Amino acid sequence: MLTPLEIEALQLSLLIGVVSIIGALPFAIACAWVLARCEFWGKSLFDGIVHLPLVLPPVAVGFALLVLFGRNGIIGAFLYQTFNFTFAFNWKGAALAAGVMAFPLMVRAMRLSIEAVDQKLEAAARSLGAGWWRVFATITLPLSVPGIIAGAILGFARSVGEFGATITFVSNIPGQTRTLPVALYTLTQVPGSDLPAFRLAALSVAVALAALVGSEMLARRMGRRLRGVD
Amino acid sequence: MTEIAIAKKLGDFMLDVRLEAPESGVTALFGRSGMGKTSVINALAGLLRPDRGRIVVGGTTLFDSERGINLPPEKRRLGYVFQEARLFPHYSVRGNLLYGAKSDGAPDRVGPSFDAVVDLLGIKELLARRPADLSGGEKQRVAIGRALLASPRLMLMDEPLASLDEPRKNEIMPFIERLRDELKLPIFYVSHEMEEIIRLADLLVLLDAGKVAASGSVEELTSRLDLWPLTGRHEAGAVIRTVLRGHDTTFGLSELAFPGGRLRVTQLALPLGTPIRVRIRARDVVLASERPAHLSIRNAFAGKVIELAPPRGPQIDLKLDIGSAAEPVMLWARITQRACQEMQLAPGKPIFALVKTVALDHHSYGRYDNGEAETA
Repeated sequence: MLTPLEIEALQLSLLIGVVSIIGALPFAIACAWVLARCEFWGKSLFDGIVHLPLVLPPVAVGFALLVLFGRNGIIGAFLYQTFNFTFAFNWKGAALAAGVMAFPLMVRAMRLSIEAVDQKLEAAARSLGAGWWRVFATITLPLSVPGIIAGAILGFARSVGEFGATITFVSNIPGQTRTLPVALYTLTQVPGSDLPAFRLAALSVAVALAALVGSEMLARRMGRRLRGVD
Repeated sequence: MTEIAIAKKLGDFMLDVRLEAPESGVTALFGRSGMGKTSVINALAGLLRPDRGRIVVGGTTLFDSERGINLPPEKRRLGYVFQEARLFPHYSVRGNLLYGAKSDGAPDRVGPSFDAVVDLLGIKELLARRPADLSGGEKQRVAIGRALLASPRLMLMDEPLASLDEPRKNEIMPFIERLRDELKLPIFYVSHEMEEIIRLADLLVLLDAGKVAASGSVEELTSRLDLWPLTGRHEAGAVIRTVLRGHDTTFGLSELAFPGGRLRVTQLALPLGTPIRVRIRARDVVLASERPAHLSIRNAFAGKVIELAPPRGPQIDLKLDIGSAAEPVMLWARITQRACQEMQLAPGKPIFALVKTVALDHHSYGRYDNGEAETA
């Protein structure tokens, strides 16, 4: 049903989507917690920086990644020399770009969910002898799981659709960085490829829609279980 | 010994509380809403940081602004029972109960075992359930058990009955009495219900506008006229200490002895010798200048007028002594000014105080520990 090219692009997109979200998850939860629970000088600035990928042109983000994580980049050079590891022009770089672009969306959903956790329950846990980490791991985190799942899947959908930062940072390499949107873009550049392009667009819609519907269902079920109704 | 001397500015409100409470028994913090009761408890628990002062519980300094000590809540080992039970919705009842027992800094288990607490609170059938499936009373019992199992050196209870209806309150009250009587756990109990305090408290601390207005035994404070605006004028009354001395099964009555007489009340299902505190509301006391005959009232006590309160409206409150020569027992009566003048009541005047048996109901009683309770 699907052509080998389509399968390759789909698999690559799913791999990048999953890896980018798993990689971004701990940082996103940490940022969401800080934004939900901490008051400190410069919080608005921090909030702004977290949201930057949402409002910047994706090409600018891609360019920034290139400067930082390219093989001669500030961090990239260090990683390459120390661990012989590079993000440049491979699927890992695509995952990094996708993760960075999806990050603000994830943080937003998770922050709301953490804010909704009753701090009175956290105070009760502390009065029972639980230190900060235990309160977070046993009360705050489990009770915000619906929002964390929603944020992760929203991020996944965003990640699978990432184009601008990806093509700028890691280019368009078949089997490495040619994800669904990049493959779609490539096809639109070839005259007479309307039908294959349309098929790829439909595939993108299907993946995104499945992720969103799935996240909604999962969040609802987790919510019921947490409230103990189920 | 629990020592509290703290000051904290809360908006326009200044909390400045100094009090000492004994190592055991129930210390009640009483006052109207917004007088700082919960703030004191929260400061004890470490959930509210005082601006200055110190808090020492059982020899351990929990907070001392001068020495820079401020133990975090999780290191204080105080069991906190909140007004709303605050059970963890994603844990079963068993999980909630064990939460504190499994804490990082949990000391060697002291106090009652899991099974003992489950028995004490009658929650064995609930262990597998989720908090969402519990009634209000059951939730509060689980919350008490959860706090108990964290091996607290002191229990803090912030109006644990306030969100419950009357039958649920009566369901929980005996369990709190058992904490006091069987586990000998010191308890700080916040309430604005005099009934609960008479039933539970040994030491009563009256809070008014963030300060301790008075502290002392329940009997002493309720017999002080100047505190009535705080203890509640409508519910004004005295608390007297009695011991259950007899049952009259024919008529379904019990006799409570106090220095100076015996109070007949509707039968109590308690063993003889039980020390019982009785609250007699001023408006339930009738005065007579001679020993009355041909009256339905069975409780008539000879005594004398001690003091007349400044009249308020058509009513006046009188302080009476109906005790023996050696041991005075204070009682309050509220009568009309007109009756007071016609009977020519004045300090020193002999009088008979009448109390209707049916005016006393189960809200009027509380057990107290007079050292006799064990042997009786």
